[in-house]
Amino acid sequence: MTLTRRDALGLAAGTVAFLTFGGKLAFAAAEETAAAISAFTGGKEPATGKITLDAPEIAENGNTVPVGVTVESPMTADDHVVSVMILAEGNPNPQVATFNFTLMSGTAEAKTRIRLAKTQNVVAIAKMSDGSTYIDKKEVKVTIGGCGG
Amino acid sequence: MADAKPRVKVPKTAAKGEVITLKTLISHQMESGQRKDKEGKTIPRQIINKFTCEYNGQPVFSCDLDPAVSANPYLEFTAKVEESGTFKFTWVDDDGSIYTAENELKVE
Amino acid sequence: MLSLKSAALAGVILSGLSSFALAGGPVDEELVIDGETQITTRTKAAEGVPFEEVTSGWLYRTEETRALEADSFQNPGMLYVERGEEIWNTVDGEAGKSCASCHGDGQEFLKGVGAAYPKWNAKAGKPFNIELQINQCREDNMQAKPYKFDSADQKALTTYIKNQSLGMPMHVDLAQGDMQSWWDRGKETYYTRMGQLNLSCSNCHEENNGNYIRADHLSQGNVNGFPTYRLKQADMVSLHNRFRGCIRDTRAEFPAAFSDELMALEVYVTWRGTGLGIETPSVRQ
Repeated sequence: MTLTRRDALGLAAGTVAFLTFGGKLAFAAAEETAAAISAFTGGKEPATGKITLDAPEIAENGNTVPVGVTVESPMTADDHVVSVMILAEGNPNPQVATFNFTLMSGTAEAKTRIRLAKTQNVVAIAKMSDGSTYIDKKEVKVTIGGCGG
Repeated sequence: MADAKPRVKVPKTAAKGEVITLKTLISHQMESGQRKDKEGKTIPRQIINKFTCEYNGQPVFSCDLDPAVSANPYLEFTAKVEESGTFKFTWVDDDGSIYTAENELKVE
Repeated sequence: MLSLKSAALAGVILSGLSSFALAGGPVDEELVIDGETQITTRTKAAEGVPFEEVTSGWLYRTEETRALEADSFQNPGMLYVERGEEIWNTVDGEAGKSCASCHGDGQEFLKGVGAAYPKWNAKAGKPFNIELQINQCREDNMQAKPYKFDSADQKALTTYIKNQSLGMPMHVDLAQGDMQSWWDRGKETYYTRMGQLNLSCSNCHEENNGNYIRADHLSQGNVNGFPTYRLKQADMVSLHNRFRGCIRDTRAEFPAAFSDELMALEVYVTWRGTGLGIETPSVRQ
């Protein structure tokens, strides 16, 4: 490797600048995320528990990040999961996808692959048939490749 | 790819009342509307915005997709099956195109 | 061994990403596609290759990326395999022929074919890879226009052809024609430093495989998975695209796809990975 010390320091300074700038954007998007959650839950504060969001701790590339949700539910007419909304706090738009379940789903489990602009929180909120809502959150670190990444 | 082409993976048989896993994939750019072309013009958004799965005409699962879903969107979910029948999968494109796939399942 | 400079650079990188858990080296896992097809991702290096063991790039990827390749349904590269099969069976050109018109069923005819490329082409007097062979067939036999480099159909058909050798050991026959002198030339390119960063292929893939360049985990740079589905592009990436990308990243002017320089490099780099199982379409970051 032949990068000079100066190159290396420049790279480090660039990283700090990027993170600082990124932090401001994330804050703005967090407000948008809160608004999206509120619209989904009807203004209620979602509880924790019942829902598990599965996402990698480190994503090798932000373009294709596997995520999955599982909500504990008997999936009966009286007690089932209606839908699960996925949000990404640090994306230009926080909306990612909404899964809608029925009794014929059998379980409230689904997986997809999503785009994350940078390291950020991914959020999943479940809405149950009785109107109650549950939330889970995972931070996914998005790596910046060295090779044309 | 020239046309969006769906792929689905459904078991051929299942027991009555069994919960089976369904996997779907469709070739699609999922153009986010956030990218710019070489001239600096924004490339217009064109995504699959809705997916539905029905079994014998009854809704099983659906998904509303936003531009943050990756290219070649993948969806995996479950279905509880009580009788033999046909799954129908539908993808709706921003441009109005509709792509479908059907799969038979035998419940023993 | 890390040089002092690269150690200092690695330190900067690690401090910038201090919360990342970065482990070095290839993982100790086995690649079995759909629980059926075992792929050789580690094997004793061929005589003359400067490693004891050659390793697939799959071993350098995260658990999630590895899992994508191990499930042929989830692997988005399989969409291109399906498209390639369509092309194989579709008539194109003035002669009214498809690939299948001459070669028959692709799954039968192509078994092992892709694992033995590049091959010496006597007519052209140079090594041919799959892409060049397709174009020769298109022009001479189908009277169709040759594919442009990295056109969607070229990538899909190449992916399909290579996929028919899934799991078979990659090998290149240096006894054919003048292959040996192309190997020599490829080796020279491999060890030549280039670009403003003054890097050779060997600086990253021989001396530093297993280490990180920023957040990228450097592999040995073996080619047994190409064309590869790259998560970054969400598309198939051809070998010559990757060669050009690597050379661009050294901030050098990069040679044309299928140029003599890159064909020689393909011969040499393919030989370095002798014995690794074909993974096409592999999945990489």
